[in-house]
Amino acid sequence: MEAAASRKRAYSIIVPTYNERLNVALIVYLIFKHLPDVNFEIIIVDDGSPDGTQDIVKQLQQVYGEDFVLLRARPRKLGLGTAYLHGLKHASGEFVIIMDADLSHHPKYLPSFIRKQKETGADIVTGTRYVKNGGVHGWNLMRKLTSRGANVLAQTLLQPGASDLTGSFRLYKRDVLEDLISSCVSKGYVFQMEMIVRATRKGYHIEEVPITFVDRVFGISKLGGSEIVEYLKGLVYLLLTT
Amino acid sequence: MPLCFAFHLVIFFLFYDSKTPHPQMKHIFKIAAILVAISAIWIALLETSTVPRSYTWLLPIYLVVALGCYGLFMVGFGLMFFPTCPREAVLLQQDIVEAKEFLGKRGVDVGSE
Repeated sequence: MEAAASRKRAYSIIVPTYNERLNVALIVYLIFKHLPDVNFEIIIVDDGSPDGTQDIVKQLQQVYGEDFVLLRARPRKLGLGTAYLHGLKHASGEFVIIMDADLSHHPKYLPSFIRKQKETGADIVTGTRYVKNGGVHGWNLMRKLTSRGANVLAQTLLQPGASDLTGSFRLYKRDVLEDLISSCVSKGYVFQMEMIVRATRKGYHIEEVPITFVDRVFGISKLGGSEIVEYLKGLVYLLLTT
Repeated sequence: MPLCFAFHLVIFFLFYDSKTPHPQMKHIFKIAAILVAISAIWIALLETSTVPRSYTWLLPIYLVVALGCYGLFMVGFGLMFFPTCPREAVLLQQDIVEAKEFLGKRGVDVGSE
């Protein structure tokens, strides 16, 4: 917190990592490339990666400066919600952007998030893959089918107020993110869905920007039977509590 | 009169929803209210026999079938026009090469995965 008092940024970009040694370097480079005139900081929340992710972050600090690339590590894997909270504690920005480190979220979309927020004064700007100019690469038919099925189910039953519920490339006003995290309990990508549904119910202003999603790692392995069960449980939970 | 009873149920749910001190259990009540309203209309139709009873009995089945069709149509439509971006994958590879070159020159170890 002492550090946060001395510097003041407009945007804090929180990137949770676990074994993203190469990707974290690439994403930091791309963020700096695409935000040349923006006052921002990157907060890497690393959950004790054994592959040396933190060494790479220290090397990146040598290149870009410790005031711009912050390493806020945790001893072990402790979950996504608490990772955001941990990053948030060290964030000085009025706005907080959350993105994945695996390059499925490309930093070239950051300016459109910022522009959208400025134009509309939105509390949350969320990236959506399911609109014009958005899209997904690297999914087979089965993966697309489950994704569409899950989406139709959620849109019909929950009326969640956003077209892409499980994506996590989002910009939040800082206090809005604090409020939402404190009221969300789910894990994994149900957590992302809970965040946006609760935000809608609380009456926050949500805007969307198209993003593309290049899945280089997963494909079918990501969405097995247990994930579908988890998703359905999450859906019922949200039906009952929001 | 079952219609009256059902109608009161709807009213109860709607008011319970807006007056409850903690904003919990919201959406499931909205859905319940809609279901109750539909049941009320159905029961009313059965009671008043404006439509022949044999038709009225089948209405819930039609409704379920219609819902299923809607779901299948939405999923199928979404699949047919699923937005893809093969070009983005190529662009990303270029970005990765560019980033590796830049960072490698500045002493960041990007050689090994």
